[in-house]
Amino acid sequence: MLDKNGIAKRIAKEVKDGYYVNLGIGIPTLVANFVREDISVEFQSENGVLGMGPFPFEGDEDADIINAGKQTITTLPGASFFDSATSFGMIRGQHVDLTILGAMEVSETGDIANWKIPGKMVKGMGGAMDLVASAENIIVAMMHTNRAGASKLLKKCSLPLTGVGCVKKIITNLAVLEVVPEGFLLLERAPGVSVSEIKNATEGTLIVSRDIPEMKI
Amino acid sequence: MIRKVVNNVGEALQGVEDGMTFMLGGFGLCGIPENAISELVKMEVKNITCISNNAGVDDFGLGLLLQKKQIKKMISSYVGENDEFERQMLSGELEVELTPQGTLAEKCRAAQAGFPAFYTPAGYGTEVAEGKETREFNGKMYVLEMAYKADFAFVKAWKGDEAGNLIFKGTARNFNPCMCGAAKITVAEVEELVPAGELNPNEIHVPGIFVKRIFQGTNYEKRIEQRTVRKRN
Repeated sequence: MLDKNGIAKRIAKEVKDGYYVNLGIGIPTLVANFVREDISVEFQSENGVLGMGPFPFEGDEDADIINAGKQTITTLPGASFFDSATSFGMIRGQHVDLTILGAMEVSETGDIANWKIPGKMVKGMGGAMDLVASAENIIVAMMHTNRAGASKLLKKCSLPLTGVGCVKKIITNLAVLEVVPEGFLLLERAPGVSVSEIKNATEGTLIVSRDIPEMKI
Repeated sequence: MIRKVVNNVGEALQGVEDGMTFMLGGFGLCGIPENAISELVKMEVKNITCISNNAGVDDFGLGLLLQKKQIKKMISSYVGENDEFERQMLSGELEVELTPQGTLAEKCRAAQAGFPAFYTPAGYGTEVAEGKETREFNGKMYVLEMAYKADFAFVKAWKGDEAGNLIFKGTARNFNPCMCGAAKITVAEVEELVPAGELNPNEIHVPGIFVKRIFQGTNYEKRIEQRTVRKRN
């Protein structure tokens, strides 16, 4: 079974040379730490920066340079700043190659819910609805089950949706799965995790069509 | 040169009244019109509607207007950092309209650019699209979203000149350029106001035609919400 860094490490392998990538808050943010150094990748933050670098050194932080999580950041050579409409133009216009974000629930038809729990404080969707409705290549990074142990990979989402039929790939602490017309296609198992453990943790239709290899991280 | 300079924030906000709708630039506390917000608090305008990506924190940004219960309605994409906001929203004192962030930006830009409405894929199939017209283009579904209508837009830039031309710094740009010219009156406050001719026309982010009034801002606090740093070796 993987921890959050393990999930981020496995997702980092999906980041290819020449990609512009938008990382959501949480596990997705960790992905930047594990991307191979011999490839060229630029990270976009929807508040208006392309070419994000690491956190600044102590004393160098600038209130005018932050990421979408409102954290102080730096920029790398080749970076650019732009306004919010341009930023979402990059996203909606599918110029961003890969979007990695977290989720509370994903359905076997690729629906995603990650912004609202009825009865609890509603903080808002931020840029999530624009991202999931627009991106061609979306990877969901999440734990396979919630804190109560219930599956987050469902036949149908129970929470209010963020987007419909948009998720293509899911990487969890237990498995790598692809959303196909028949359901969740199991591609890889996390180290030490059996197919039956994944089956038990998946409420939606799980398709096991062959011997399932263990992830290489 | 058409001169846009006013002497201070008080002059810049002339015409502001109870019940108006305002656009306010900024993302979190980054690039917010600090001077205009302070003046709105001082003027005690009530029942206002604010279009702003976020709602500030308890004691800064739009949180200052929330404390004084001056805001009737917030139109935002994310409002998670503010306890007073949560209290007023749950008690029903404050009306909240949550809008996807890209849609919020485009509803401002559409108002600026003379589009009454536009189609976006964001929110299709979710509660955001309820009651809205939808349409298929090239096999994909889109939602019709209307341009905003606002009385004032309050924006903050890094540098500006007498003609109202603006230059922003870093990610403090965010929603500010989209809101310029998107309301009946656009008020720009700047950290550094310079004579016309000093800014390079090649480097202007927002042309002065979109700005009605400009003033030299004062006492910028520029608070950082999440100070994240690395240790030097």
